[in-house]
Amino acid sequence: MTRSVPITAPAADDLPPSPRPVESPSRRRRRRVTAHPVAGALFVLPFFLVVVAFLVVPLGYAFWLSQSSKSLALGTRFTGIDNYVRAFTDPVLLDGLLRVVLFGLVQIPVMLGIALAGALTLDAVTTKFAVAFRLIAFMPYAVPAVVGALMWGFLYSRTFGPFADLPALVGGDPIDFFSASLLLVSLGNIVTWAWTGYNMIILYSALQGVPREMYEAAVIDGATPVQIALRVKVPAIRQAISLAAIFTVIGTMQFFTEPQIMARFAPQISAGYTPNLYAYNQAFAYSDFNYSAALSFTLGFLVFVVAYAFVFVNRRRGARS
Amino acid sequence: MTSGAAGNTTARTWLPHVLMGAGILYFLVPLLWVVIAATKSQPDLLDSPALWFADFNLLENIEQLFSEDGGVYGAWLVNTALYAGLSALGATALAAAAGYGLARFSFMGKRFFETALLGMIMVPATALVLPTYLILSELDIVNTMWAVVLPSLLSPFGAYLVRVYVDESVPVELIDAARIDRAGELRIFWQIAMPMMRPALVTVFLFTLVATWNNYFLPLVMLSDADLYPLTVGLTTWFNTAQQDAGNRMLFNLVVTGSLLAIVPLVVAFVLLQRFWRSGAAAGALK
Repeated sequence: MTRSVPITAPAADDLPPSPRPVESPSRRRRRRVTAHPVAGALFVLPFFLVVVAFLVVPLGYAFWLSQSSKSLALGTRFTGIDNYVRAFTDPVLLDGLLRVVLFGLVQIPVMLGIALAGALTLDAVTTKFAVAFRLIAFMPYAVPAVVGALMWGFLYSRTFGPFADLPALVGGDPIDFFSASLLLVSLGNIVTWAWTGYNMIILYSALQGVPREMYEAAVIDGATPVQIALRVKVPAIRQAISLAAIFTVIGTMQFFTEPQIMARFAPQISAGYTPNLYAYNQAFAYSDFNYSAALSFTLGFLVFVVAYAFVFVNRRRGARS
Repeated sequence: MTSGAAGNTTARTWLPHVLMGAGILYFLVPLLWVVIAATKSQPDLLDSPALWFADFNLLENIEQLFSEDGGVYGAWLVNTALYAGLSALGATALAAAAGYGLARFSFMGKRFFETALLGMIMVPATALVLPTYLILSELDIVNTMWAVVLPSLLSPFGAYLVRVYVDESVPVELIDAARIDRAGELRIFWQIAMPMMRPALVTVFLFTLVATWNNYFLPLVMLSDADLYPLTVGLTTWFNTAQQDAGNRMLFNLVVTGSLLAIVPLVVAFVLLQRFWRSGAAAGALK
């Protein structure tokens, strides 16, 4: 963009001012500040168009597709809510949903708990070691989920990794990280490894914004760092904690990459292991795009409702306290 | 509170340091494994101790990496950088303009749009991928780079973060003063607001860069030509072949070395730029 372009912008206020000779600055300002109804909308317009093209239209299209079904005998025909009735009575989808919910109920609190403890530690301890910890904990965030899953897959495996045979050193049986009983834990560890540092940094940044005056009195009164952390700092960053929780919930409901990669190590990860994996396989393995659209729409809707309810409840609680 | 202070202070800080040490080990060991494993040939990868070096084979691995399948890894690397760079630039520009427009103007429908924006953040991106694929295949642009780049431009959280940041750090008075001096709205945005928004923009840029660089689901769905794959999809195809064809082709060492090279640019970028993105991330976290 050449330098002259922005200056000759098509904004309305480049027009010469109306020939009113004496005008107090404050009056002129007030008129000018509210005088650009179009400029603001124009700034938002490009973003708005992308939202329409890649959010509104796909959602609408998915909903439209989900209203019909295709079969060899009858071709494509309108079936209304049939696909949704099928979805909510489909044991594969319900199993997948239950699995993801159980996974989240354990993994999310563990991960956010560690992240919060780490953030509080970083806020209180300012040694070089703490800085190193902060940097290293964050690194996994920059590692693609595919690579993270591959890495842990190798580390879990008996041929490549150091961990599976550890019990053998004391005469025990090797650990099978891909067995039915350990699989969810193994997956949870991959996700925890990848996202704890990221959440820790978010919470740490929020802690840095807490004014010191809020706990100076407590320090003088002889409160321990742990007391200050739990009674003053944690309540002060409640908003940031719930924001991190919402994003984690949204991410967990979409669980796809790690189980899809891990399926190469653990064949019992089925086509419907998670709802998202199921929607993908309905489309690309079974070519049932109508049902896949219904699954995508259902999943999107469920996540949306859960997340929005979470925000709503949280806002109300925040407003009351 | 530093460790060099009085006795009871050091007593109080040894526990956090031990815990942080455990954390460092946990986060670092898998990365160390990749670095070490990337220096091994495939036979050593299978037979030598996992967390220690065997014969140094890194250069051979890199050479094989870039020549396997007609040098397709180089294409994946370029594709990844191109998709991620374009998406991040575009998403940041859109978020900058939209966030600024929402924070500093009033116009018809703004309230509604802001409420909707919060809802958009809650829409899971992967639920949009399959329908978007179906639409783009009607339009005949699946299996092109645009099928990956265009959907990646959507970043409601980016717009939200910029909006919050502008609210806090671009004073209305400054914009008003510029208007009194009869600066055009685009010029005010470009020359006054943009420099003040920089931390938020770096944050949005880096986070969309990572999101696209690391994205797997979207390119997996959209692309079918191996030449168009990004690293994530390409490496998994090699990994599949390596498992099915372990006897005949040496690919595990390439998957590992390729993984290492896929990680390095982003880790370096984040560590070097952390002073910029941290202040931006804080703005989003506070609201």
